[in-house]
Amino acid sequence: MLASKSWRAGHTNAHWPLDSQTRIFALQLLNIGEITPVTRIKNLLGTLFGAVFAIASGDAAAYVFNMPKGVTDISRQVYGLHMMIFWISVVACIAVFAVMIYSIFMHRKDKGAVASTFHESTTVEVIWTTLPMLVLIAVAVPATATLLALEDTRNADLNIQVTGFQWKWRYTYLDEGIEFFSTLDAEHNKIRQVRSGLDPASVEHYLMEVDNPIVVPINQKIRFLITSNDVIHNWWVPALGWKQDAVPGFINDGWTELSEPGTYRGKCAELCGKDHGFMPIVLIAKTEADYATWVDEQKASAAAEANSADRVWDMADLMSKGEQVYNTSCAGCHQVSGAGLPGVFPAIAGSAFAMGDPSAHIDVVFNGATGTAMQAFGAQLSDVDLAAVITYERNAFGNDAGDMVQPATIKALR
Amino acid sequence: MSTATAAHDDHHDHGAPAGLMRWVYTTNHKDIGTLYLWFSFVMFMIGGSFAMVIRAELFMPGMQVVDPQFFNSMTTMHGLLMVFGAIMPAMVGLANWQIPLMIGAPDMALPRMNNWSFWILPFAGTMLLSTMFMEGGGPAFGWTFYAPLSTTFAPDSTDFFIFAIHMLGFSSIMGSINVIATVLNMRAPGMTLMKMPLFVWTWLITAFLLIAVMPVLAGAVTMMLTDRNFGTSFFSAAGGGDPVMFQHVFWFFGHPEVYIMILPAFGVVSQIIPTFARKPLFGYASMVYATASIAFLSFIVWAHHMFTVGMPVAGELYFMYATVMIAVPTAVKVFNWAATMWRGSMTFEPPMLWALAFVFLFTLGGFTGLMMGVAPSDMQYHDTYFIVAHFHYVLVTGALFGIIAAVYYWLPKWTGYYPDDRLSKLHFWWSAISVNVLFFPQHFLGLAGMPRRIPDYSLQFADWNMVSSIGGFAFGLGQVFFFFIIVKTIRGGEKATDECWEDAQGLEWTIASPAPYHTFVTPPEIK
Amino acid sequence: MSASNEGYYLPEPSHWPIVGSIGIFLMLGGFANFLHGGSWIIMATGFAVVVYMLFGWFGMVINESQNGKYNAQVDMSFRWGMSWFIFSEVMFFAAFFGTLFYARIFSIPWLGGASNNVMTPELLWQGFEAVWPTNGPGNVGGDYEVMGAWGLPAINTLLLLSSGVTVTIAHWGLKEGNRTKLILGLWATVALGAAFLACQVLEYGEAYNHMNLTIESGMYGTTFFMLTGFHGLHVTLGATMLLVITLRAMKGHFTHENHFAFEAVAWYWHFVDVVWLGLFIFVYWLV
Ligand code: HEA
Ligand code: HEA
Ligand code: HEC
Ligand code: CUA
Ligand SMILES: [Cu+2]
Repeated sequence: MLASKSWRAGHTNAHWPLDSQTRIFALQLLNIGEITPVTRIKNLLGTLFGAVFAIASGDAAAYVFNMPKGVTDISRQVYGLHMMIFWISVVACIAVFAVMIYSIFMHRKDKGAVASTFHESTTVEVIWTTLPMLVLIAVAVPATATLLALEDTRNADLNIQVTGFQWKWRYTYLDEGIEFFSTLDAEHNKIRQVRSGLDPASVEHYLMEVDNPIVVPINQKIRFLITSNDVIHNWWVPALGWKQDAVPGFINDGWTELSEPGTYRGKCAELCGKDHGFMPIVLIAKTEADYATWVDEQKASAAAEANSADRVWDMADLMSKGEQVYNTSCAGCHQVSGAGLPGVFPAIAGSAFAMGDPSAHIDVVFNGATGTAMQAFGAQLSDVDLAAVITYERNAFGNDAGDMVQPATIKALR
Repeated sequence: MSTATAAHDDHHDHGAPAGLMRWVYTTNHKDIGTLYLWFSFVMFMIGGSFAMVIRAELFMPGMQVVDPQFFNSMTTMHGLLMVFGAIMPAMVGLANWQIPLMIGAPDMALPRMNNWSFWILPFAGTMLLSTMFMEGGGPAFGWTFYAPLSTTFAPDSTDFFIFAIHMLGFSSIMGSINVIATVLNMRAPGMTLMKMPLFVWTWLITAFLLIAVMPVLAGAVTMMLTDRNFGTSFFSAAGGGDPVMFQHVFWFFGHPEVYIMILPAFGVVSQIIPTFARKPLFGYASMVYATASIAFLSFIVWAHHMFTVGMPVAGELYFMYATVMIAVPTAVKVFNWAATMWRGSMTFEPPMLWALAFVFLFTLGGFTGLMMGVAPSDMQYHDTYFIVAHFHYVLVTGALFGIIAAVYYWLPKWTGYYPDDRLSKLHFWWSAISVNVLFFPQHFLGLAGMPRRIPDYSLQFADWNMVSSIGGFAFGLGQVFFFFIIVKTIRGGEKATDECWEDAQGLEWTIASPAPYHTFVTPPEIK
Repeated sequence: MSASNEGYYLPEPSHWPIVGSIGIFLMLGGFANFLHGGSWIIMATGFAVVVYMLFGWFGMVINESQNGKYNAQVDMSFRWGMSWFIFSEVMFFAAFFGTLFYARIFSIPWLGGASNNVMTPELLWQGFEAVWPTNGPGNVGGDYEVMGAWGLPAINTLLLLSSGVTVTIAHWGLKEGNRTKLILGLWATVALGAAFLACQVLEYGEAYNHMNLTIESGMYGTTFFMLTGFHGLHVTLGATMLLVITLRAMKGHFTHENHFAFEAVAWYWHFVDVVWLGLFIFVYWLV
């Protein structure tokens, strides 16, 4: 039985309308635990009432029912607009519903109401056509201003290219020369496998954690140049107040300027294939000084990585490194078992191709297969990673090519 | 429905032929209407079961039921089946049954083609569903099938999907041609355009929309076909095309499509409310003009589905202004319905209950639409459950409730019996409550940041998803119940009068209940 | 609006629609299957069934028409039907013209850095020059030559325009009750249509064999072949229908007041003609 505490630990937002009853109820539905039908119904009612109370208490509303205000100027403007049309809608709704409800209660036949026969009035019709029009114009003015500000990406201090891949993000710091991939955290990835039996509440920020977060400095106007390598993705961090599609072959842009250090989480928001639900974004804002340190660290580790390509690797090292790379970069399609998905992603396990000519194998991994989901990993992985993963594919899942690919071989291709 | 041979004006025609072939070969608008309605119900059940799979997977965080690729396929097929299989054919079925009866025509203008429009559907449906059993699975790119996920990155079965869409489009175009020819050419003498019942008006305009946009959809899938198989570059930047162009073509179809699904429901509600308020429809003429304006505007707002694709800001501004304008003619409709009820003498039989729920809940969905029309806010709403909530309010409590209201309204005319009053009311209250449990929390989920089309989610979304799933199962069960009510009504019950509802106005209430197999062979005279 | 519904012809139950549905199902399903390595036989069977259905269905309609079953109101239904069908065809072509304009006005300039896409060529397509015609920044399909307007295409324009005239002459003949004029006019139209198609075959051959201009030549090749190709299909269909009514005219089917089939085909032919003008201007001439 899951303890309610552990569920809480995973929450991104501190405020909660519902208590652990909901979760217990879930387990009951799945017939875990011995609970009578009466208790089940009581718990269900508890859940629903909990919701009603939470709605009634205005405090919770700001967090769990509503859009976050966000942390930038733009996001606050967007929030303001959202609340403005929301309240306009509420007022208009109340007006229309009041008329209808009044008629429903007062003008009913069983109360002896006799129908009148009027069925036209140009005056009222003109009024109720003009009125909404004026309201809409009143909305359009601030909306236009916000939109213009939101799309104004000029005069950026820092340019970061964001490229969507099935199913990860690549961040390229155009001014700093740093580049890395950002993928769903490995632990989360295990939990989210179908019927993994692992508890999503055992980690924090379930499905909202990555291996390499994007790091930005505060107090600088950052321009994101967003594109994609394959299908359309969408880069969305709610706290910034906008989202932007990543379209292959085109560069879209968006901007932000943060004033507080912090960690902001988001997700891919455009259906991009099988693992669309599993390509989160973690954005960390640091002070200028901390950011500079981070940049130096990144540069140093990139250099170290490059050096390791020069030594000769043995089979065991290649295989263990390869497994790790395979599970992060390849298993999304070819599956951890190497079985692939028939008709969509070919199997690696037992594949004559993967055990055949090494140079053809290297070629497809390095250059990808144009016009398919198989990407050119030459541009994504280091020499060591490539050598390792190819060696792994040739010798894992019962494959028995028996040979090795050395990082130096890959390096020679570049 | 064994009563059809009771036709009284039987001087030169026969009643219904017997056997299965009656249904396959039929050229009778009532038979064809019945076929459409049953087909749509079957599709609704299948599409609904797919929704149940979605809701079961989303019941709790973690992946319990299906694999992500299959989940996407469920979402996609659910959307496609509901839109093209359930809602649209149901509307055409209502048109087939009612338009000739409401304008005093002996049948649809082109009866053989009418049969063809229907009989393409089961084949198209079969082709669409068969993709689920092919290698690589069925379509898994959303009902909007954006390129290049649906072109370069989709399984082979996609080509079958493409041809299924072609067939569905062909059927819709022929069906619409028939509606237009019938309305323009077959009205009884004296039935001027501005005397036509509103349901007929809304369908005339819907048919026009269909003929204008279904070919564009056919164009879109044809481009997909050639991009996939013949090396064209429509949706590929390397060749000078643009993936976003697909979205423009799709939404040029897709936005009018959503009004195609709602306008006939507007028509239904405009028939029902006056009947049960015992008062003529308020502002008939402005209702007609409002419908026409909505149809016109629907052609020039499509890119409000694309505020985040990176259009130049001028385009975003234009589409924002145009979109919110649609609220004006829609407002006219809502106000007119309210004014029709005002100082009426209302009763609340099942059709009226559904029509009222329609007005309340559609308006709610309309307002969230308005919110999304405001481009900067849509940057946050886009592709979240807020959108899912919006369109289920306008589609389920809008279009679907309209259809259910229509079925309750005309069922006595079709079968000769009233639906059981107690059961129908139970069906209504059960559905009206559970549908809100199902879709209202999705607003919160969306605003709090839950994207749509995902099989698993972070823990802060757990509560509302569970509530929504419970509502979903309940609502689904309610619709199985609907099936039993219909079957029960067909088999018997309280006999319906010819008028069916007290003081109901319109030609359909002047003929016998159940409606004879042939009606208005001699045209009625309209004053 | 009609004065009366009395005697509106309501057809008996018919098996042709279901035959047509099965035919389409086999034809399209067979095609998809063929695209993925299946045999062409299902597709061909489906096509044959559709043709069989068309013969049967239209044969029946012609019969009913000849037997005087259709009154003026039925005729009107057919007219509405045909007009809206042509409108649907217009919208189908509009979709493809739309893509042509979109590419020329928006996507290609954007790829070259126009409007809010300044960074697009800089980061993705360095050195791409956005001028129409183009096979895109990826030089898709390799270098190619552009199809000029003033060779075969200009001849084709003349052919189609004159065919519009000849079909009108035939119509005059019909109205005047001049059978020779009618039949000659129709034959001339059919011949011009066939000549058009022959020229188009030559043109495609030229493009594929000598100019390396193929459907895979980026957006230019795509729009060129898709637009002219679909138009060519419609000419084929139109010419076939013309042939049918020519034969019918020779059998004496059309009378002065009852000749809807003739008019339907003539409308269709004019529609094909107008589409061609659009093609000539935007696909060939103003490149
Ligand atoms: C029946 C179907 C239907 C209907 C009627 C509507 C109606 C409207 N829709 Fe909706 N919509 C869909 C079906 C429908 N929609 C679907 C299926 C999608 C998602 C597709 C997908 O991506 O899968 C969608 C998505 C969608 C989006 C895209 C969101 C996104 O993806 O980011 C937008 C954005 O503008 C939008 C707007 C509107 C508007 C402004 C209306 C208006 O017509 C609403 C007008 C009505 C009212 C406003 C209420 C009544 C008015 C009054 C009572 C008067 C008072 C008025 C004022 C004070 C102004 N819709
Ligand atoms: C057109 C009409 C229409 C209708 C009527 C519905 C009806 C329902 N819809 Fe759907 N929906 C769409 C149109 C529609 N939808 C569209 C266009 C999309 C977008 C797709 C996309 O993103 O591409 C969508 C997407 C969509 C999603 C989002 C999926 C995602 O983003 O991943 C969800 C999730 O909750 C959902 C749920 C439901 C539910 C629970 C119902 C219920 O109302 C269904 C009730 C009916 C039944 C359940 C059938 C009858 C019952 C049985 C057969 C017995 C079995 C019953 C039980 C086990 C209880 N729909
Ligand atoms: C986004 C999906 C995806 C990812 C991630 C992916 N692949 Fe592939 N892979 C494919 C597809 C699709 C093909 C089939 C390409 C084709 O049709 O030619 C393929 C083909 C291959 C082949 C050829 C197999 C054969 O039998 O033809 C090899 C080898 C391969 N991939 C290795 C890898 C390696 C190594 C990685 C990770 C570093 C990887 N793939 C990651 C989708 C993917
Ligand atoms: Cu990437 Cu969704
Ligand atoms: Cu829309």
